[in-house]
Amino acid sequence: MSDILQFAQQSLWQPTGLIEQDINNTLGNIMTPGIDYADLYFQYSRHESWALDEGTVKSGSYGIDQGVGVRAVAGEKTGFAYSDELTGNALLDAAKAARSIASNSGNQGAVAVRNNRQVTPLYSSADPMESLKDEDKVALLRKIEQVARGADDRVVQVMVSLAAAHDTIMIARSDGLLAADIRPLVRMNVSVIAEQNGRREQGSSGGGGRYTMAYFVDQDRAETYAHEAVRQALVNLEAQDAPAGEMTVVLGPGWPGILLHEAIGHGLEGDFNRKGTSAFSGRIGEKVASSQCTVVDDGTIANRRGSLTIDDEGEPANNTVLIEKGVLKGYMQDQTNARLMGMAPTGNGRRESYGHLPMPRMTNTYMLAGEHDPGEIIASVDNGLYAVNFGGGQVDITSGKFVFSASEAYVVKNGKITHPVKGATLIGNGPDVLTRVSMVGNDLELDTGVGVCGKEGQSVPVGVGQPTMRIDGLTVGGVSV
Amino acid sequence: MNDYANNAVSTNQTWSPQPINSQEELLLNIADRVLTRAKSNGASSAEVSLGHGKGMSVNVRNGEVETVEYNRDKSLGVTVYFGHRSGSSNTTDYADSALESCVDAACNIARYTEEDEYNGLADPALLATEIPDLDLYYPWQVEMDEAIDLATRCEQAALNADSRISNTEGGSLSSHDGADLYANSDGFRGLSRSSRHSLSCSVIAGEGDNMQRDYWYDSCRDRSEMRSAESVGEETAKRTVRRLGARKATTGTYPVIYEPMVASSLLSHFISAISGSSLYRRASFLVDSKGKKLFRDNIRIHEQPLLRKAAGSASFDNEGVATQTRDIVTAGILNDYVLGSYSARKLGTQTTGNAGGVHNLTIDPTEETGLEEMIHSMGTGLVVSELIGFGINNVTGDYSRGAFGFWVENGEIAYPVQEFTIAGNLRDMFMGIEVVGSDFDPRRSTRSGSILIGELTVAGA
Repeated sequence: MSDILQFAQQSLWQPTGLIEQDINNTLGNIMTPGIDYADLYFQYSRHESWALDEGTVKSGSYGIDQGVGVRAVAGEKTGFAYSDELTGNALLDAAKAARSIASNSGNQGAVAVRNNRQVTPLYSSADPMESLKDEDKVALLRKIEQVARGADDRVVQVMVSLAAAHDTIMIARSDGLLAADIRPLVRMNVSVIAEQNGRREQGSSGGGGRYTMAYFVDQDRAETYAHEAVRQALVNLEAQDAPAGEMTVVLGPGWPGILLHEAIGHGLEGDFNRKGTSAFSGRIGEKVASSQCTVVDDGTIANRRGSLTIDDEGEPANNTVLIEKGVLKGYMQDQTNARLMGMAPTGNGRRESYGHLPMPRMTNTYMLAGEHDPGEIIASVDNGLYAVNFGGGQVDITSGKFVFSASEAYVVKNGKITHPVKGATLIGNGPDVLTRVSMVGNDLELDTGVGVCGKEGQSVPVGVGQPTMRIDGLTVGGVSV
Repeated sequence: MNDYANNAVSTNQTWSPQPINSQEELLLNIADRVLTRAKSNGASSAEVSLGHGKGMSVNVRNGEVETVEYNRDKSLGVTVYFGHRSGSSNTTDYADSALESCVDAACNIARYTEEDEYNGLADPALLATEIPDLDLYYPWQVEMDEAIDLATRCEQAALNADSRISNTEGGSLSSHDGADLYANSDGFRGLSRSSRHSLSCSVIAGEGDNMQRDYWYDSCRDRSEMRSAESVGEETAKRTVRRLGARKATTGTYPVIYEPMVASSLLSHFISAISGSSLYRRASFLVDSKGKKLFRDNIRIHEQPLLRKAAGSASFDNEGVATQTRDIVTAGILNDYVLGSYSARKLGTQTTGNAGGVHNLTIDPTEETGLEEMIHSMGTGLVVSELIGFGINNVTGDYSRGAFGFWVENGEIAYPVQEFTIAGNLRDMFMGIEVVGSDFDPRRSTRSGSILIGELTVAGA
């Protein structure tokens, strides 16, 4: 038995005396005739956060969340119940509710779970909350505040937050798979307001991943966030009104990859395509992007925020090619949608917690590097926008219309960056935006580890990335006509 | 346990409504244990919020059950104060040992956080002393067959309403009820119970490159007031097919009408900008605007927390402070901010009973008029029916969002539009509100009729 599985059993089963026989009983109880598949998802999650605001580390919080989700699947039907008690009786109660989707006549099935799959972990199982003493966490926040305030005397407000989570999960399936994962996650954010002649502007930066908190101290990363937040706020102090209308847009490398997440990522999730509700439905094999575009969803990169050793259904994460040289290759799948579509699962079955049903979700979605030098790309633009930092985005899957909001952008005239402009929302159409990509840079970057993706009320951590990219025609939502 | 009660300064003891079942007794009992533990750990004061709920939801697609979900939730959050230092912790486990470690964890955090003189419980003099029954609790022991029947009829009504409906995301019914308790070491105990039942539907019209999706729903406290499954389905179909054949809007500056469903988002941006946490950080474009004119003379925005059966009703806020029936904006002038105790102390003023937000916010109609009449009088411009994205900057008021809607010519809707943005600055937009219609839905917690803004920048083709 792997160390991880052993540790998971100690955290999840031992405190209440659950044993493998209880798990087999519960699964067997659900697997009456008519039920095709069942699984149990055990979770024990601890999290902590600290925040500095107005010069004081004035709040901190700690929490524990634990429970088990029980799912029964019959054809296209899913029954689901959960409990925050990890006892044999609670499991059987939840099982009874979940299996109510079928008539449940006949004998119960026999299930024997076993650990039959070894997957090399993509991250350490160490508890990130224990990796730094509490006084050192507070000291780190204070230091970062001083760095930000010291960087420029126009900085009038600094907010710093530090969060860590340690999540132990275990999946027991009716096909006998028993698998576990221990997932650390840390995140730091610095947000500043700078003021000049009565005008106030903000800037923010941060990062993290599946590391311990030492990540922020190593290579002075936390200090880098402070400098970056201040730099953005100062740029925005000089920003003029953004233009309105369709124009050439150059996106910088890294986080602007949120374009890929919104414009094509969600539209390629298996559930929407099985139902035929996505603007990409039935288009595998079609050209949906310029030949310079290859886009993947890769959950296998070590220590990334969006990475998973196994997904929330026990499948190893995958590097799935979504678009290859402009041609649509594949969808992201969970168990249910893969089975119903006659495809293979791709390790994209994710859930916010034991209290939510899994569905197809992205991990780290990015475009591979192209051939062009980023300087050459900007120099090629006569009149357009160069956008390097973004806030959030959103997409309407069915019409394919998506938005993402720039927080740092510049006007480009005659191949030169002229002046910064205020944040503006960019809007486009998912199925054709990538057909207008005319240059892809050689500078692929992944984001710093800050992404949260929301779908049907469930939030999961994700990553994005891309090289510098030129799009010939995207609508920029400024105020200046 | 009694040790604490004997020492408490219980001038504000409030127990209402009385616990009606063992779950509510349990919440009260746990609150006492948590506060006692905090005190024995040396905390000078403490507060605890607990919630306990249950529910179910069913989704039906193409007439077949797709998912059936049962939920049973409980939560507990405690904040302890050692003088002006604080720490918080939360758990979903009500076992004795888990409660103890939860309180201990909060106390441990308070050892490391720093003195903040504004930290602490609400002023006891402001706590609610009467907790009226606001008629918010109508649990519904819905049978699975009935739930499936309602969701199925709702979806079917949408599918049958128009031949252009081509696909469906299904019909859903959900029902939840539960109790919440807020208690603090000044003796306040506020128990509230509530229920919420929702019926919703989402369908798709058109094919291929011309697909449009929309949804509609009804949500209520009392199942007997739920609109019929058929009416929700038919409205879903109507909202969906009207989007077919959308073109890209043309770039320019135009008058814009927000339909009621999206008009309420303008009120949310306003509330965010006058909320304490934005103001004391000076992270709002409306700092120092109390007493200033932010809207035209005919605009009134007010809060009605004590409405019976309403979506946003509460007699006390998240700190036990009595909520107020009050005008936030009268004749265009901002009377007061939206504050909890902490931000009020930071700003040198008193809480407005808004820890956790506003309750039943309404912008009054400026005239008896609805969407159709407003479109007639606008002449040429845009109607916005849906907004996407997060392009709102609370520090500067800059606003830029993706939108869907309709192009209006000669006072009539000419065609649907999509793939465009609307942009402006919220300060100008608030002052630019010319008309508020009387077509608001009283069931929403933020209520607005259609809103006409004189000029916004539209970016499209």
